[in-house]
Amino acid sequence: MEDKHTIIITVANRVGVLARITGLLSARGYNIESIIAAPTENPDIYKVHLVVHGTDEKVEQVAKQLNKLVDTIKIQDISHKRNYIVREFILIKVNAGNARSEIFELVDVFRAKVVDVTKNHIIIDLSGPSHKIERFIELLRPYGIHEFVRSGKVAVSEN
Amino acid sequence: MTGAEILIDALKKEGVDVMFGYPGGVVIPIFDVLNRTREIRFILTRHEQGATHAADGYARATGKVGVCLVTSGPGATNTVTGIANAQLDSIPIVVISGQVRSPVIGTDAFQEADVVGLTRSICKHNYLVQNIEELPRIIKEAFHIASTGRPGPVSLDIPADIINASLKNYMYPKTVDLVGYKPTLKGNARQIERLAHAIANAKRPLLYTGGGIISSNASPELVKFINKTNIPVVITLMGLGSVPADHQLFLGMPGMHGRVAANYALMQCDLLVAVGTRFDDRVTGNLQTFAKQAIVAHVDIDPAEISKNVKTDIPVVGDAKNVLAELIQKVAARKPDEWNKTVNEWKTKHPLAYKQEKDGPIVPQYVIDRISHLMKDDAILVTDVGQHQMWSALFLRHRQPRSFLSSGGLGTMGFGLPAAMGAAMAFPKRQVIDISGDGSIQMNIQELATCAVNRIPVKIVVLNNGYLGMVRQWQQLFWKENYASTCLRQGPQCPPQCKGPGKKCKGVYWPDFVKVAEANGLLGLRAEKPSDVDKVLKQGFKTKGPVLMEFVVKSMENVYPMVPAGKSINEIITGDA
Repeated sequence: MEDKHTIIITVANRVGVLARITGLLSARGYNIESIIAAPTENPDIYKVHLVVHGTDEKVEQVAKQLNKLVDTIKIQDISHKRNYIVREFILIKVNAGNARSEIFELVDVFRAKVVDVTKNHIIIDLSGPSHKIERFIELLRPYGIHEFVRSGKVAVSEN
Repeated sequence: MTGAEILIDALKKEGVDVMFGYPGGVVIPIFDVLNRTREIRFILTRHEQGATHAADGYARATGKVGVCLVTSGPGATNTVTGIANAQLDSIPIVVISGQVRSPVIGTDAFQEADVVGLTRSICKHNYLVQNIEELPRIIKEAFHIASTGRPGPVSLDIPADIINASLKNYMYPKTVDLVGYKPTLKGNARQIERLAHAIANAKRPLLYTGGGIISSNASPELVKFINKTNIPVVITLMGLGSVPADHQLFLGMPGMHGRVAANYALMQCDLLVAVGTRFDDRVTGNLQTFAKQAIVAHVDIDPAEISKNVKTDIPVVGDAKNVLAELIQKVAARKPDEWNKTVNEWKTKHPLAYKQEKDGPIVPQYVIDRISHLMKDDAILVTDVGQHQMWSALFLRHRQPRSFLSSGGLGTMGFGLPAAMGAAMAFPKRQVIDISGDGSIQMNIQELATCAVNRIPVKIVVLNNGYLGMVRQWQQLFWKENYASTCLRQGPQCPPQCKGPGKKCKGVYWPDFVKVAEANGLLGLRAEKPSDVDKVLKQGFKTKGPVLMEFVVKSMENVYPMVPAGKSINEIITGDA
């Protein structure tokens, strides 16, 4: 079954490592849904969070290929694991119109934050699990969404 | 010390004795140092592609890292095919290229090309050196990565300012520290136990081995293993020679142009033990039907190969040599049984055959058969890509490992001649024979001059059928004889829809290979009838220095057996022979 998989790649902080990862994925025909590369507590080590579509077998093959990269230290597919806190971040620009108060109510319920208000629109930020973010988007859609940007997922293990 | 001096010193410390390449603006300082270095012999090829294949041939023949040195821009882009070729066959080479000065990288400077970008997907690892301090470490890592684990090519791109910069406290590191790179060499004991158990229980076990046996130097272990267990073995193109071809347990090469017995055995076995091989589509044919009755065990140093194409029941990640050695200890001896009888019957019933009529045209298989009889026992055979390659794989009596060098994965026409040069530089005392076709040889024919000038004694065999024979064969069998752009003699005087050379053929024999040889300073010989074959081969083999022997062969001969692309490997066309 095709499924979304979240993969965490721990890599050595070397020049071009992100290009190696994305290059490998496209060379082997995998589509990336989202990818984030950022430093960690150890300046020599970066973590790359990757979301790809595919069957378990196919994603296992991706993971093995990524693991072969000389700069890859560790690779984890956390999709089927429960002991991870997974978060995503969104900035969303909604039509203000005359439904301002309704939108503020939703912001409250979702514990989101209004970061900017103009005559025409409101900009909101929200972080949380992906399903919460998707629900928020759906509820805002009727008011007219100008644009939104999502960060893609990041995760940390509970242990 | 300057970057150039550090590089050459490091190469010496890595044991490099021969290098191939081509100079250019940014690498002049390296050549300046190299020219004063007695320990490293440099061979100037006539094209950078030739240099990479020569380094590759050197690596295949010796097991050591092959090295080439080229300039930036076009020098580096010309190495791309050679790097990809080494990558697909897991051959350890280090390709060193000069790069434009660091400050102008990214400005489309003269002879600038993004080498790390170009080579990223076709090499095991690559480097763009950022400062002189890291140069020694990077060279050490490049050689380490190329030669350990599953070997492969490493590209090393050095900007001109770093080549010229100087470093005060130069020390060549003794070890590498790569947190993300630690190949697994020893097989998991429990999995090896499981495998031994599966072998004990199997009724129809089969061994399927490939280039991993060669790269881990596991031939002695493999022979010992089959002798103890009497398990028949099929060996891929990349592994030929790891068991002598006359060994009675050897069923031949499997796959698209494999022996019937080899393919039947793959389809019928109940335990398939794959070692150092990767279930390539040219071997497996239709994956849906491949070895369906078998429990699949896979021994490979590269974990990513396990279950990539065929689902594996018993995975063993490790070096083939280590794992086989351990397996020999654990496995019980087995006597030849019904299964051995069956496979031997297939072998006898479907022999490799060809017909050479006394007064007919020379058939290419006959030439290869005669080479096999007349060559020295320890000869190194190198091929190009196409029909002659398959005939060489099938009809040569392979005797020992690292003595049959062929471009398997990438299928690179033009590989043969430069790779043979590399092998000959590594083993000046051994006979090195390059078997090629009239198509392939023209893809790196400029290296004839390199052979002549450097007196590299490669014996070149050109099987001239006037066609790009393998593609023509497909056109004949699957494209209604529409020989589009495969006749090398076709010109404007010919009808556009030619169905092959008949009596009225207007094609022109071109080029004259004997003259090409002579123009390049080689002895050129030609055989046009069967009775000339031995004469030409004998004369060519006994001549010192490089020789080109042309054999004008039957143009429409096909390679059989053949499994059409995408079919099950037991759906074999055996042809008329």
